[in-house]
Amino acid sequence: MHIEIITPDKKVFAGEAISATFPGTEGSFQVLDQHAPLVSTLGRGDVVVDSGAGGKQTFTVDGGVVEVLNNQVLVLAEAVV
Amino acid sequence: MPSLKEVRNRIVSVNSTQQITKAMKMVAAAKLRRAQDSIVQMRPFARKLSQMLSTVSATADAAQTSPYKQVRIVERVLIVVVTSDRGLAGAFNANVTKATMALINEKYAAQRAAGRVEILAIGKRGSEFFNRRGFTVNGTYVDTFTRLSFATVRQAAEEIMKAYTEGRYDAVDVVYNEFKNIATQIIRAEPFLPVPEQAETKNAVVNDYIFEPSEEEIINELIPKTLKIQLYKAVLESNAAEHGARMTAMDKATDNAGELLKELKLVYNRSRQAAITKEILEIVGGAEALSAK
Repeated sequence: MHIEIITPDKKVFAGEAISATFPGTEGSFQVLDQHAPLVSTLGRGDVVVDSGAGGKQTFTVDGGVVEVLNNQVLVLAEAVV
Repeated sequence: MPSLKEVRNRIVSVNSTQQITKAMKMVAAAKLRRAQDSIVQMRPFARKLSQMLSTVSATADAAQTSPYKQVRIVERVLIVVVTSDRGLAGAFNANVTKATMALINEKYAAQRAAGRVEILAIGKRGSEFFNRRGFTVNGTYVDTFTRLSFATVRQAAEEIMKAYTEGRYDAVDVVYNEFKNIATQIIRAEPFLPVPEQAETKNAVVNDYIFEPSEEEIINELIPKTLKIQLYKAVLESNAAEHGARMTAMDKATDNAGELLKELKLVYNRSRQAAITKEILEIVGGAEALSAK
């Protein structure tokens, strides 16, 4: 799946991944390949992008929203620390 | 006719002024490009966010619960004035402050008479202007433009929204310059809070989304986010407009200095020529007086 993390200032990450973990406001959750359409709000915490062979990357976000649609994951983060 | 030395001094001083204005124009051009870049950077985020808001509102009907949509009787007003930190940008700041005064006198005359109009200044110029006129000015965010980023604007937006939900203000307006092109700025005075009712676009594509948490809660989360982006957009637009305005102002100043230099050179050459003619006449006159003896 394709994942993008953007803030109002810049694009923080864009690339392929096999799974990603998000700090949802109701608790942490994971999104795998071919996930059903989803919209969720994010709290403060770590977004972990696992790109398989490329290893894991961690981004600390402070509030935001995530949308999953047609195997595209879009994270709108207010701030990435 | 002014003496040669005077004219020469003036030429030197006009010359150095021209160099300064030329340099300022160049600096403004570079900063303008950066300001435009950050507007472009912000656009996908803003577009996606409003798209998301409309998809979620299309599936949920209870969008009216948000505290930011509460319309109250307007007693206390906050006006966010976005100006620049520095001058020498033509009528840029004067336009904003004038528009703000007009807004206060027309829309909020009663609140003004009761002394219940407050100003939140983004940019030093606006803060100075309204301080002089005896308004209560919140100047926490005057120095936003030296390091412009979403983080500072977000703080300001959060403070405004908090004050609104606590009932410290009943209406919040934003006045700023919108960047149209380098030579043109459009003054905007927009209501910020309560969130104006929009003609709902119900034709948004409804996908079978899983909402986490519920639609209502997501909407209530999305509204403050779009508000922050709205304020950020106003600040970015104003920033680009400021550099555009400074660029045109400095361009004109450089042209004017050039014209002034031309005139001064003419005066200089004329008085130099007059001095030479006078000297020759004196010499000829002296020689004639000698030979006549």
